[in-house]
Amino acid sequence: MANIFTTLWRVFRHAFRPRVTVQYPEQKFYLPPRWRGRIILSRDPDGEERCVACYLCAVACPVDCIALQATEDEHGRRYPEFFRINFSRCIFCGFCEEACPTYAIQLTPDMEMSEYRRQDMVYEKEDLLIEGTGKYRDYNYYRVAGLAIGGKDKGEAEREQAPVDLRSLLP
Amino acid sequence: MRDVLIPLAVVVGVLAGVFAVAAQLVWLERRLLALWQDRYGPNRVGPFGLLQVVADGIKLLSKEDWTPPFADKGVFVLAPAIAATAALLSFAVVPFAQNIVISDLNIGLLFFLAMSSLGVYGVVLGGWASNNKYGLLGSLRAAGQMISYEVFMGLSLCGVVLMAGSLRLNAVVEAQREMWFFVPQFLGLAVFVIAGLAETRRIPFDLPEAENELVAGYHTEYSSMKFAMFFLGEYLGITLISSMIVTLFFGGWLGPWLPGLVWFLLKIAVCIIGFILIRAALPRLRYDQLMALGWKVLLPLALLNIIVTGGVVLASGSRLSD
Repeated sequence: MANIFTTLWRVFRHAFRPRVTVQYPEQKFYLPPRWRGRIILSRDPDGEERCVACYLCAVACPVDCIALQATEDEHGRRYPEFFRINFSRCIFCGFCEEACPTYAIQLTPDMEMSEYRRQDMVYEKEDLLIEGTGKYRDYNYYRVAGLAIGGKDKGEAEREQAPVDLRSLLP
Repeated sequence: MRDVLIPLAVVVGVLAGVFAVAAQLVWLERRLLALWQDRYGPNRVGPFGLLQVVADGIKLLSKEDWTPPFADKGVFVLAPAIAATAALLSFAVVPFAQNIVISDLNIGLLFFLAMSSLGVYGVVLGGWASNNKYGLLGSLRAAGQMISYEVFMGLSLCGVVLMAGSLRLNAVVEAQREMWFFVPQFLGLAVFVIAGLAETRRIPFDLPEAENELVAGYHTEYSSMKFAMFFLGEYLGITLISSMIVTLFFGGWLGPWLPGLVWFLLKIAVCIIGFILIRAALPRLRYDQLMALGWKVLLPLALLNIIVTGGVVLASGSRLSD
């Protein structure tokens, strides 16, 4: 019998405790930087697209929501002609981010992306591409890769030695 | 003309007031349960979420009013009406203030007990007519629960009647001028509150409904407005039991400074909040525990209360004259 009143009193005391509810639209809750939310395509520090259209993200995607077409510009840089993510399929697993060799595709702490029409859930490249570098500020794929493109020949990348002439015996 | 208009105004006022209170209880219950669970509850529709009831009403009205093909149609439709009507009829004898009472019957208390027993038919018939095993189990439990709890619900009030010397509710209130009955009739109050909880099928005794074992018990097959009627009946029941507790044990509309009606409503509010607190805190009883508690503990307590009260009243030689 005394138990019942103890229980009642304990529950009653909760009336004076702070409430745990976060009043969502007015009050936002903290999302950590590594939260897996809306997917973006980032640019390198020079402002060029990081994506080299290698298709690894599309292959890694377990629900096949990424579609892209590779092409090349006049300098020999590969870039996606179109890049399309169907967010009504996306499960935000982050595999695309892990697969990306150039840190181009990244997941961001944003989950407010509801739409009234299903078609609006399909994001094109201009919706995905942002102006900044995202989570990796200093990384520039073409500056560290040994690939020759217009304006940068072999051996000119950071910490890259000059190429060896395979047909010469001289050191 | 005046002696027609005033009672009419009382009838309409009581009906509207009771309906409004019963409807708003849905909101109050959800807000209070949330408060005691460190949440907010419905706070979006209107100020403090007060219009949540309207939203719920519109939702229920726009739902399909489905009668299952295997149900006993007539009884199926009748049952929720009985549940709500029986609860509503009892308010005819409740004295909201000295003059605000629809009909101050000289058998007011008996009328209340009779009507609250009728309310069980709504539940029992609803479960039976649904032709559904969960519905049937729910109404079986309701029947068993009511038979056991009706007995000492009536008996627990005998002490009050002995002390007041009348079954007329206004006379019972008047008899509490010197001392509210919850002091001398403490046992009676305890038994009546427990029986009242069982009568309204509230949480420690909500076996007929028992969501986690019987789907939804007796109203498994109900939807739309018929379902709403059952809920209206339940919330009317809470209001009714609260007003009876206040009338019989806490001096009804008696109280200093403020007008009687305000005192009555204040006391009812405290009582209802108590009911909701019990729901927030206590788990459901097992069926055999419910029966054992009823027959082995509460019935002897109620009888003991009658014997002691009777002895005291007889010894003091007062009242009993009415």
